[in-house]
Amino acid sequence: MDWLLHPDTTPEKLALMLVAILLFVAVMGLILFGIDKIKRLPVWAVVLGFLGPTVLFLVFGLLYPGLRTVRASFYDNKGREFVGVDNYVRAFTEDQFQIVLRNTLLWVVLVPLLATFIGLVYAVLVDRSRFESFAKTLIFLPMAISLVGASIIWKFVYEYRPDQGQIQQIGLANQILVWLGLPPQQFLLDQPANTLFLIAVMVWIQAGFAMTVLSAAIKAIPDDIVEAARLDGLHGVGMFRYITVPSIRPALVVVLTTIAMATLKVFDIVRTMTGGNFNTSVVAYEFYTQSFRAQQQGLGAALAVLLFVLVIPIVVYNVRQLRLAEEIR
Amino acid sequence: MTVIPPTTLVSEDEGDTRKVPSKLSRADRRALAVKGKISSPWASGIAIVLAILWTVPTFGLFVTSFRPRAEIRTTGWWTLPWNPELTFDNYQEALFGSSTSLSTFFVNSVVITLPAVVIPISLALLAAYAFAWIEFKGRNLLFVAVFALQVVPIQVTLIPLLSQYVDWGLAGSYWVVWLSHSIFALPLAIYLLHNFMKDIPASLVEAARVDGAGHVKIFFRVLLPLLTPAIASFAIFQFLWVWNDLLVALVFAGGTTDVAPLTVRVAELAGTRGSQWHLLSAGAFVAMVVPLVVFLALQRYFVRGLLGGAVKG
Repeated sequence: MDWLLHPDTTPEKLALMLVAILLFVAVMGLILFGIDKIKRLPVWAVVLGFLGPTVLFLVFGLLYPGLRTVRASFYDNKGREFVGVDNYVRAFTEDQFQIVLRNTLLWVVLVPLLATFIGLVYAVLVDRSRFESFAKTLIFLPMAISLVGASIIWKFVYEYRPDQGQIQQIGLANQILVWLGLPPQQFLLDQPANTLFLIAVMVWIQAGFAMTVLSAAIKAIPDDIVEAARLDGLHGVGMFRYITVPSIRPALVVVLTTIAMATLKVFDIVRTMTGGNFNTSVVAYEFYTQSFRAQQQGLGAALAVLLFVLVIPIVVYNVRQLRLAEEIR
Repeated sequence: MTVIPPTTLVSEDEGDTRKVPSKLSRADRRALAVKGKISSPWASGIAIVLAILWTVPTFGLFVTSFRPRAEIRTTGWWTLPWNPELTFDNYQEALFGSSTSLSTFFVNSVVITLPAVVIPISLALLAAYAFAWIEFKGRNLLFVAVFALQVVPIQVTLIPLLSQYVDWGLAGSYWVVWLSHSIFALPLAIYLLHNFMKDIPASLVEAARVDGAGHVKIFFRVLLPLLTPAIASFAIFQFLWVWNDLLVALVFAGGTTDVAPLTVRVAELAGTRGSQWHLLSAGAFVAMVVPLVVFLALQRYFVRGLLGGAVKG
């Protein structure tokens, strides 16, 4: 029965997949059958049947490990000795980590702003145009591609060939520079601009999300408002600035914060494109290298907790904005 | 996956009943209104430039994946019209070549993804039902707790979970990858499905209850059929998320040919064979083809899920 744990061949793997799904269905079926057939079951037993597995999963997989990590962040790298806030002090004071923090800040500020701005502009431009749905699909498509795939796509755009003799560029970005009569650049190596070129990849992915949500919000602006504004003589940029943007403000907040949170946790792009070298690392990636490569478990835990702490203000702001929006309504 | 807060910010287009009747439809009037804007060359110029920027990088790699190895190394893909040589060799080598063997990892991705979509959605449906339609003590408190768990970044949980899996002797198997993906998906899934369940009129559930239907019957007979679109949209989300995941797979599946999915392998290729663009480009598209097909075929549901979660509520 070794294949249940370590399947080697494709049929074994597919069989294991079926076994797992059937096992799950059988267990859930048994629980539901019990709830349905046993007469006069007390409410708590019914609730336990519906919620029990989920609560068990969440406590085991999110709550307890989360608390363990918070604890580990105050211990040394072996997890034996209590070191207080030493790990956090290191994360904030050592040069290497200061660059990581600076990069993270750049990511979290630039990606949501740029992606939302581009998404908004594009949504307004293609709104009600003849090719609307096709034009939207083009921008939205990168959402379906994995961050790894997107990184490879852009790594190829940034590909560099030294500028000498017969060597031709094969990366589009450098070819465009050459066509313009400029020397080719090592986009991913030259600091500190390389971080910006990584950020561009995330913007490329997230703009579609922003565009889709904002486009729906724009379409929901009541006609009477738009018409009243037109009677008042608003057109083009004025309409955009004074009617469109204020009307979709709540949607803008949701989009900005959702992208900010996704960006904070992104690590695939950094890992695939530069491996965190050349001063491009971010907190989410540094957590990975410190925990799983450098065996600095305490430090890794501190970075993970830092990630958590950074998310909280974004969420609080988001929730407060929504409360305000509901009160106005 | 991120926190998506509860509110109604945007009403669906068709849901707008307050509108003043007029001869032109709403869409027509809007179309007339934007006409001036779109015909302005600046506006359409910007839109076209953005569309090109968003399409050309993918297109370039796609063209590259069909070019002969020697050509890729010496000329840019945009020279294709002058070197119109195309081949499937790159795909052949990427999929079945001994050094890459992406076909094995493709199977791994499939094996990982299907249970990791089915299990959390089933669990979340049951939990969402309990939160929406069963009265019990502490219900609101528990629901808020589940909602709050969405904020926990999965990074915080990885190391304790891994050491637990190692203790059980299950590390590096499919089982822990399925389990982890299921756990990480639950808070958002419960939250979204709960919102959809709450939208179903209570009278429907009451009527079934009067007819003597128990919770299980109500769940399967009354609610499940009405929830199909919501389930579809979350299933697509979860599918894309699991298929495209790198972090969970790296930590729990390891890099072995037995378990690791495509993303892990392709990321490895990018590290070790960074200059072998014939393998890398073909490999990237092997990893992309399934999510792209799913996305293009089911885009409608995906967008609905996005709006249902992020803007509606």
